[in-house]
Amino acid sequence: MSNYLNVNYGVKSWLLTRDHKRIALLYLGAVTLFFFIGGAAAVIFRIELLTPQGDLVQAETYNKLFTMHGIIMIFLFLIPAIPAVLGNFLVPMMLGARDLAFPRLNLASWYVFVTGGLFLLGAMIAGGVDTGWTFYTPYSTVYSNSYVIATALGAFIVGFSSIMTGLNFVVTIHTMRAPGQTWFRLPLFIWSHYATSVIILLGTPVLAITIVLLALERLLGLGIFNPALGGDPILFQHLFWFYSHPAVYIMILPAMGVISELITTFSRKRIFSYQFVAFSSIAIAVLGFFVWGHHMFVSGQSVYAGMVFSFLSMFVAIPSAIKVFNWTATLYKGSVSWQTPLLYALGFIGLFTIGGLTGLFLATLAVDVHVHDTYFVVAHFHYIMVGGTIMGYLGGLHFWWPKISGRLYPEGWAKFAALVIFVGFNLTFFPQFLLGYLGMPRRYYAYPEEFQVLNVMSTAGASILGVGYIIPMVYFIWSMRYGPPASANPFGASGLEWQTASPPPTENFAATPVVTCEVYTYPSEHDRGANP
Amino acid sequence: MRSGFPLFPEQASTLAGRVDAIYFFLVIISGFFSLLIFAAVIYFAIKYHHRAGEEHAPGLVNDNLTLEIVWTVVPLALTMIMFVWGAKVYFSMSRPPNDSLEIFVVGRQWMWKFQHPDGQREINELHVPLGQPVKLVIASEDVIHSFYVPAFRVKQDAVPGRYTTVWFEATKTGRFHMFCAEYCGTQHSGMIGRIVVLEPVQYAAWLSGDTATPGAAMAATRPPADGSLADRGHRLFQQLGCASCHLPDRQGIGPLLHGVFGNPVRLRDGRTAVADESYIRESILQPQAKITAGFQALMPSFQGRVNEEELMQLLAYIKSLGKR
Repeated sequence: MSNYLNVNYGVKSWLLTRDHKRIALLYLGAVTLFFFIGGAAAVIFRIELLTPQGDLVQAETYNKLFTMHGIIMIFLFLIPAIPAVLGNFLVPMMLGARDLAFPRLNLASWYVFVTGGLFLLGAMIAGGVDTGWTFYTPYSTVYSNSYVIATALGAFIVGFSSIMTGLNFVVTIHTMRAPGQTWFRLPLFIWSHYATSVIILLGTPVLAITIVLLALERLLGLGIFNPALGGDPILFQHLFWFYSHPAVYIMILPAMGVISELITTFSRKRIFSYQFVAFSSIAIAVLGFFVWGHHMFVSGQSVYAGMVFSFLSMFVAIPSAIKVFNWTATLYKGSVSWQTPLLYALGFIGLFTIGGLTGLFLATLAVDVHVHDTYFVVAHFHYIMVGGTIMGYLGGLHFWWPKISGRLYPEGWAKFAALVIFVGFNLTFFPQFLLGYLGMPRRYYAYPEEFQVLNVMSTAGASILGVGYIIPMVYFIWSMRYGPPASANPFGASGLEWQTASPPPTENFAATPVVTCEVYTYPSEHDRGANP
Repeated sequence: MRSGFPLFPEQASTLAGRVDAIYFFLVIISGFFSLLIFAAVIYFAIKYHHRAGEEHAPGLVNDNLTLEIVWTVVPLALTMIMFVWGAKVYFSMSRPPNDSLEIFVVGRQWMWKFQHPDGQREINELHVPLGQPVKLVIASEDVIHSFYVPAFRVKQDAVPGRYTTVWFEATKTGRFHMFCAEYCGTQHSGMIGRIVVLEPVQYAAWLSGDTATPGAAMAATRPPADGSLADRGHRLFQQLGCASCHLPDRQGIGPLLHGVFGNPVRLRDGRTAVADESYIRESILQPQAKITAGFQALMPSFQGRVNEEELMQLLAYIKSLGKR
């Protein structure tokens, strides 16, 4: 039977495709490559941090490595991973649509993404950049002797690919829903991608503006951020975080959408309080724009500004808490089957809970003064970004892999890898909370001896984590050829994407599906398809 | 500074205990909610575990608005306690006591430079007395740095182009880490030093360079030959020609500087500004920014003619001028 994978062959049929499913796979290839490059940088600096003194690489190289790790992971992996891979594949399918609203724009977004990514990699190969992913001024505009402009330009270009994807999603979700698919019959994955797209559309242009201003100051000596020219270095931080704090929600919201799908599917039960979960995504998107100043509590901004931002930051915790409580309640009286995607979902709930609660430490003014710019912050955002986003991404990738590839992955290996990743992750990042409260600043190439034991634990965890990430890559590739063929709906899930063949035909559905009931409605037990 | 394998930082300032109290409150709240969630997730996953082939239909559970309201309002109330408590201590952090000893700090790639009121200077080491509030006025010569003493639980960025302040009162003698917490370039992790807290008697001995006093083995400095900070500022004031306009008898073409510091100044455009450190700094570097009522905008900029340390000396001199 003809499907989107075998409908035609050849490099050209992929590079010029307008099929959202093939574009999703192009993105999958690109973000996987970038993920392993960014991860390799982390491996090197974690080994460097085994000993208190700097010995493996030079200080300058170390600074370039953590900068490279941050920039690649954020701009080339975490931001695009779920929306551009899973979102691209699933948004049209969940809506019963044939494709996204603008297929050519979708393909263009991939080319823009790859161009920006090559700029970033090119800058790193040419000599690298040592400003940290935050590009703080005046270090970045005056004092750094590295490839700041090329790198910033790369981030600028990549931003436009996000904007294209976000625009495509918003229009598609508004205009291309299946007959009968009202807003409250949409999968929560769609709600979270809608919220993400809105943040992308409102926030990313501010990043672009900030990068242009940075380039103008660095290239032409225009005094914008440099106080010696009458500029204000704190202005840069305001502009930067006005995008980059919401960007945190660009990274986590899609993962929350994935988790909602996984929890309901593997409990075989409708999500507890659909509307609260749906609107909490919107609340996070809106509130996320009003908290950027919490990155600047010790920057010398007014005490009262600090108080306002602390107050507002507390509110972001609430919609996140609502989601966690509702996911937990969904398991109650469910019919829980412990398959790999559920393991990732449960891992997500645990790690995101820790990540979210430690966010409160950072929103609390007096405590933030002590832990700001220490490893406490590093641990916190890795619990959100790695424990949250990457767990969600991997859970989603496993869940939809049979749909994407038409093949089943080896369940035993997959469970094993999930466990390795969970253990490795916690061993890597939990000690960093202790390091941070002890006072070890982040971005330190060498450190006082009393911090060594915790650093060794962290490095040990990182090596386990690294292995954990390689295993799924191996068996996913293996399964494409040798995996048993998947049925249309191997997990007994409820979304429209499961009502068509695995892998789907190019046009997704033979006939446009009609939606007659709410989304998470499960057929009775015996109708269920074979388990992998 | 400790060796071994500590898991909790020393408390060595009056603020440390207050910050840690909030921290423990947060740890307890977070611990409680984490365990609650973990326990519920694991319990439900096991109790409602469905094995392949078993007949086991999910139960019918309706949404529960009361539950939603409870788990919205309870966390909100708890976060408000965190906010108020954290803000209260943060506010104290931002308000140095009036009797604070004032020390000037300049950060640059990659060192910390200190100037004591009596003129002693130190690099990457700061001696302070036990039990007396110390206020640091911080500037940067180049990029953003951040002055951080974990044992005191204080941190403040050093921002080029402006002054920031931080204060602490040490409660324990000894040596403590001093870090740069804001990434500032290649040797960022080398921009570290130590704070040495001395008993007041030893501190006085250290200041005077008296090696005979017990504990003065640490004495590293003598009172500088060029006088106190204010003395140096006074000489600069003469050398730079400030004295020819800012006359002490109100007859100069510049405003009288006696008694200005810390008081409101009426400006020509009708606004009022408080003559704090930042105001004095701006008035020297960008004199056109705020013109005192009744005066012409005649003063030239001293940007590039005085460095951050000299500015601090001038500031110390202007502060030392009593009312006339």
